[in-house]
Amino acid sequence: MMASLPPSDLQASAREPGLLQAGIDSWRIWWTMLVICLEERLVYRGDFILGTLMRFLPIVTQVFLWTAVFGATSRGDIAGYSRNDIVAYYLLTMVTRAFSSMPGLAGGIARSVRDGSVKKYLVQPVDYIGYLLAARIAHKLVYYAVATLPFAAVFFFCRAYFPPLPDASTLAAFGLSLVLSFFLGFFLEATLGMLGFWFLEVSSIVFAYMLVQYLLSGHMFPLDMLAGIPSGIPGVSLASLVHWLPFEYTAYLPAAVWLGKIKGADLVWSLVIEAGWVVVMAVACRIAWRRGTRRYSAFGG
Amino acid sequence: MYDKPEGLFSSISGLFHRTSRVVEALKGVDLTVEKGEFVALLGPNGAGKTTFLKLLSGIITPTRGEARVLGAVPWQRTDDFRRRFALVMGQRNQLWWDLPAAESFRLHKEIYRLEPARFERTRDELVDLLGVRKLLLQPVRDLSLGERMKLELVAALLHEPEVLFLDEPTIGLDVVAQHSLHRFLAKVQAERQMTVVLTTHYMKDVAALCKRVVVITHGSILYDGSLEQIVDRFTSHKIVTLDLDGPPAEERLKRLGFPYEIRGPQVILRIDRTRIADVLPEILRGESVRDVSVEDVPLEEIVAELFRSEAGQAPAGSQR
Repeated sequence: MMASLPPSDLQASAREPGLLQAGIDSWRIWWTMLVICLEERLVYRGDFILGTLMRFLPIVTQVFLWTAVFGATSRGDIAGYSRNDIVAYYLLTMVTRAFSSMPGLAGGIARSVRDGSVKKYLVQPVDYIGYLLAARIAHKLVYYAVATLPFAAVFFFCRAYFPPLPDASTLAAFGLSLVLSFFLGFFLEATLGMLGFWFLEVSSIVFAYMLVQYLLSGHMFPLDMLAGIPSGIPGVSLASLVHWLPFEYTAYLPAAVWLGKIKGADLVWSLVIEAGWVVVMAVACRIAWRRGTRRYSAFGG
Repeated sequence: MYDKPEGLFSSISGLFHRTSRVVEALKGVDLTVEKGEFVALLGPNGAGKTTFLKLLSGIITPTRGEARVLGAVPWQRTDDFRRRFALVMGQRNQLWWDLPAAESFRLHKEIYRLEPARFERTRDELVDLLGVRKLLLQPVRDLSLGERMKLELVAALLHEPEVLFLDEPTIGLDVVAQHSLHRFLAKVQAERQMTVVLTTHYMKDVAALCKRVVVITHGSILYDGSLEQIVDRFTSHKIVTLDLDGPPAEERLKRLGFPYEIRGPQVILRIDRTRIADVLPEILRGESVRDVSVEDVPLEEIVAELFRSEAGQAPAGSQR
């Protein structure tokens, strides 16, 4: 009945995983995944070129709209934004969105649950979230490689709308907020995608999220405009409520930092909240994956 | 690691599999597979074969029952365990679709923490055995199904798993590709003393590879034993085919008292195994027989018969 199992050659030759070695090993796995994802993305680089240019189309409408708004009023600014500021703001949110938007991430996760390709990550000794992150970074890197030129061209033509270049520390804060917005966007959407373990189809959830996101992230208008609007909670304006939600860090914050709308302690505090949300969503994503796979494995698939 | 002696899979019993309503996908499945065995898991569609493989590879967790693979509980999915087995599903690919297989292999090297020299040696060996070296650098999406399956197998075997689960690996393949997979699997399994559990609907796979056959219907084991014994146990007769020169003398055939069928110049008789030796000379004497063959009932037929029978009505002694 019982067979004694002699240790295989493989085990004998396997590296003994100390803590440091384990760390190096998972870094190596992750790095290889990144490189391979890069190669894969490069197969589709053509998609990006057209996609990038299309992204600038909606902004033209926005510029016309705000030109009309400013034409109808004698005021020089609205909520502290001049007409030039507004155009610069929209262009900057394009940059932010290039970091924080994750096209196809949630839907892709849900699809892999539905069609069963997620099984591969249950069978192989590899971390799915780590893989998704590598794939997304690769996706973004290829995107930036392709999109930098059109972005630079648009910014060059629109340079008149921008205030003088901010100082080094503001630029650093801008850079940090962008990197954090990438991770925030990633973990937000990945967590949404994990809902695919509970619902067959997450596209309507993702759509609802996109709507709220569009409104509250500052993608639609600068969030300073919410400052005077009551939130329903006594003494709290809508702007300060939104400040505690994750959305504004995926579009508004980096743009506002560049334009010098947020400074000093406010800036530090905003970055802390942003980093806090990254941690919260990373943990939420991990929990959703754990629970989801447990559920998946209990219900088959 | 696991140095205490243990059966590879021991005692998997009373397994449940839950969907929105409770479906007993597997119930009385009690199975032990020893190291180095090559086992075929047969059963009609929906019998629970794939569910069984999913359990053993830790993709699903049973509501009840237990299983040990290589001493580990599969659905705990520890990395140590996952480094020691592989699962290949004929209808699902693990290779990266848009990249050459060589890239997927490179990723496997890292995921399974393989020594570079050893990785290269194993890869070259497997690739040459299947004759797919020239395919390594082509994007997987450009390959034929057979070529892809070969590379899937290479990918699965790179980390030299001690246990391999194959879920319908030959599905949709042409005869040539099937043959080369058979040769390959037989050789690798024998060399490595790998334990393999295979599900299939092709009896050719079973005949070429597996000494032991487990038949599952309705989630429980109907037969567990050698391939030869299936034939012994479930058929009482052999098939005798006669090639005749002239038209068959039906009178004489009827007198023999065995069921027969006439197909053109051929007569096919189903004759009791114990009586073949007595009857055959008599048949050959009377007719102008050009050729004769005596064969077992084809495996397909026996298994189809087995699938049709309800678990409860299994012939005596077939349950383990």
